Amino acid sequence: MTTFAEAITDGYTQAMEMDKSVICFGLGIDDPKGIFGTTLGLKEKFGEERVFDVPTSENALTGIGIGASLNGIRPVMSHQRLDFFLLAMDQLVNNAAKWHYMFGSQSSVPITIRLIVGRGWGQGPTHSQNLQAWFAHVPGLKVVMPSMAADAKGLLLSSIFDDNPVVFIEHRWLHNLKGDVPAGDYRVPIGKAQRLRKGSDISIVAFSYMTIEALHAIEVLEKQGISCDLIDLRSISPIDWEMIFESVKKTGRLIALDTGPEICSVAGEIVAQVSMECFDVLKQAPQRLALPQFPTPTSLALTKVFYKKAEDIIELAGKMLEKDIDLKSFQRSKDFLHDVPGDWFKGPF
Amino acid sequence: MKTAKKNTSVFVQMYQLMKKIRITEEAIANRYSQWKMRCPTHLCSGQEAVAAAVGTILRKDDFVVSMHRAHGHYLGKGGNLKKMLAEIHGKAGGCSGGKGGSMHLTDKSVNFMGSTAIVGGTIPIGVGLGLSIKLGKSNQVSVVFLGDGATEEGVFYESVNFAAVKKLPVLFICENNLYSVYSPLSVRQPVGRKISEMVNSIGIESEHGDGNNAGEVYDKIRRAVDAIRKDGLPRFLEFATYRWREHCGPNFDNDIGYRTEEEFESWKRRDPIVLFEEKLLTDKAISKKMIEKIEADIQKEVDEAFDYAASSDFPADADAFDGLYKN
Repeated sequence: MTTFAEAITDGYTQAMEMDKSVICFGLGIDDPKGIFGTTLGLKEKFGEERVFDVPTSENALTGIGIGASLNGIRPVMSHQRLDFFLLAMDQLVNNAAKWHYMFGSQSSVPITIRLIVGRGWGQGPTHSQNLQAWFAHVPGLKVVMPSMAADAKGLLLSSIFDDNPVVFIEHRWLHNLKGDVPAGDYRVPIGKAQRLRKGSDISIVAFSYMTIEALHAIEVLEKQGISCDLIDLRSISPIDWEMIFESVKKTGRLIALDTGPEICSVAGEIVAQVSMECFDVLKQAPQRLALPQFPTPTSLALTKVFYKKAEDIIELAGKMLEKDIDLKSFQRSKDFLHDVPGDWFKGPF
Repeated sequence: MKTAKKNTSVFVQMYQLMKKIRITEEAIANRYSQWKMRCPTHLCSGQEAVAAAVGTILRKDDFVVSMHRAHGHYLGKGGNLKKMLAEIHGKAGGCSGGKGGSMHLTDKSVNFMGSTAIVGGTIPIGVGLGLSIKLGKSNQVSVVFLGDGATEEGVFYESVNFAAVKKLPVLFICENNLYSVYSPLSVRQPVGRKISEMVNSIGIESEHGDGNNAGEVYDKIRRAVDAIRKDGLPRFLEFATYRWREHCGPNFDNDIGYRTEEEFESWKRRDPIVLFEEKLLTDKAISKKMIEKIEADIQKEVDEAFDYAASSDFPADADAFDGLYKN
């Protein structure tokens, strides 16, 4: 078993061994903590020309990655928090996303941008934003949000070797999650979802950390006779509509989960597309569970009511199927508070 | 005197490029009101010396990136004239397939990697090309064209700092034409501060020059490019110059009140092409007859390029929905 963080390191190592044009940089990439353990040992292995720390200049560094990529380099950039990357929206949106199209398909920008989303331990308004919908909204970008360790490696490799700009979003609460990760050049195609549970009553579409909450919820729901189809999107641009529609056509019910604020969310888009494509088979109005349309609060007390969790999914599914669900059977670990993903996480970020 | 002789042929070559840029820009201005060139177009008449010098000095494999006012930089680097005019006409045979227009030019056959419309937007791109040169251990140079307005963007400081700290083979060339759209330098930067001196203090060897004195421009750029090829370190050059026509579009706009007729006339008296022509005639590097021939040849080339642009096909409808990703 490998952690999600180790799977990322594995993906880097594989890519850099296979192709000398792969370089990686980002603030703190070679510091003692190695971006939450994801880049530890890379500089020692591949040298300081290919793995280097940088000035705190998010916008220029994005453009520098674009420029290098125009001459055959495959840069992988990392940001310890997505929120800081907002300073680079100009280079991402005006240059990276457009370059191939606006120059008549003559050059492309094969860059990968890793963004880590924080949660808990008081990350608050500017260290825990889930803005994937912004990136998915921009034509020309690809956006992936893996939730499983194997997908983290497989999608990282696919992102690095994709000839287009890919925004690779990692949820901080996934870094310690363990799973079996195939060795070698293992790739997961961008744009393909994965069905994690097969069921007939309701379709649950999730991605990133919400997939984990959905898995917890489904354990309870299955015990109480509600059969769930769980789709882990893995990519949110392009999105695997085929698998979503196929699932909803089977179940007639949809809950779309999102780690971000609900208005104009990815989950909202899924509800819209399903309503248009599957209207005839829907047994009920499709639903979404996303964050409230507020900045993230910091206090331990306030985050308790802010985030959506397995209990909310269970309650909503029960309501849709008009079943009284006994939530007592769902016991969260008492060893840690709600603002951490497990006892491995002691902050501070 | 040996160097002077050696320079004679490159000076004539540079003069020809300056004429080609001027004649092209003025032809665009003259025909713009036919409403066939339907995109924002920023002409560089009056600023030809810097673009032509860079084009004369650089090798074909050196990289250039530029900004919204890029026609001169593109033509200077050897970019295809027919394809540029077709692009401004929105035609399929344009250098960007009709997707870019005047503000998004590229000609990869001469490593003109791209010009874009957001002020300062290509500065880090050029620095990234510099990084790729360093990683590839070649002795190419990456040239970034920017204006005085771009030095007010945050990304400029980030990029210059990175080029300095990583020691990258990048030549930044700032054409200071005193205005950002209609806003004069005096409301944008402290009076008396020199852009080149400021950049020098960031850690890049910098120089200031007269952008309308073609010989001086050539010498400064020649020295900077040679130095970069030798030591791989970035350089910054600021050239004072002046755009004759309005910020965007074909007209003169001295009547609208943001600059004076006197100011315009004083710069026009220092027309970089006329000054260079006088020098070349005095040096007997060129004759009146040669000038006439150069002008006629270029005029013919420009007319042919306009015919090509006008007679080319528009892109097919389906092209609007093609090329989102590289497959």
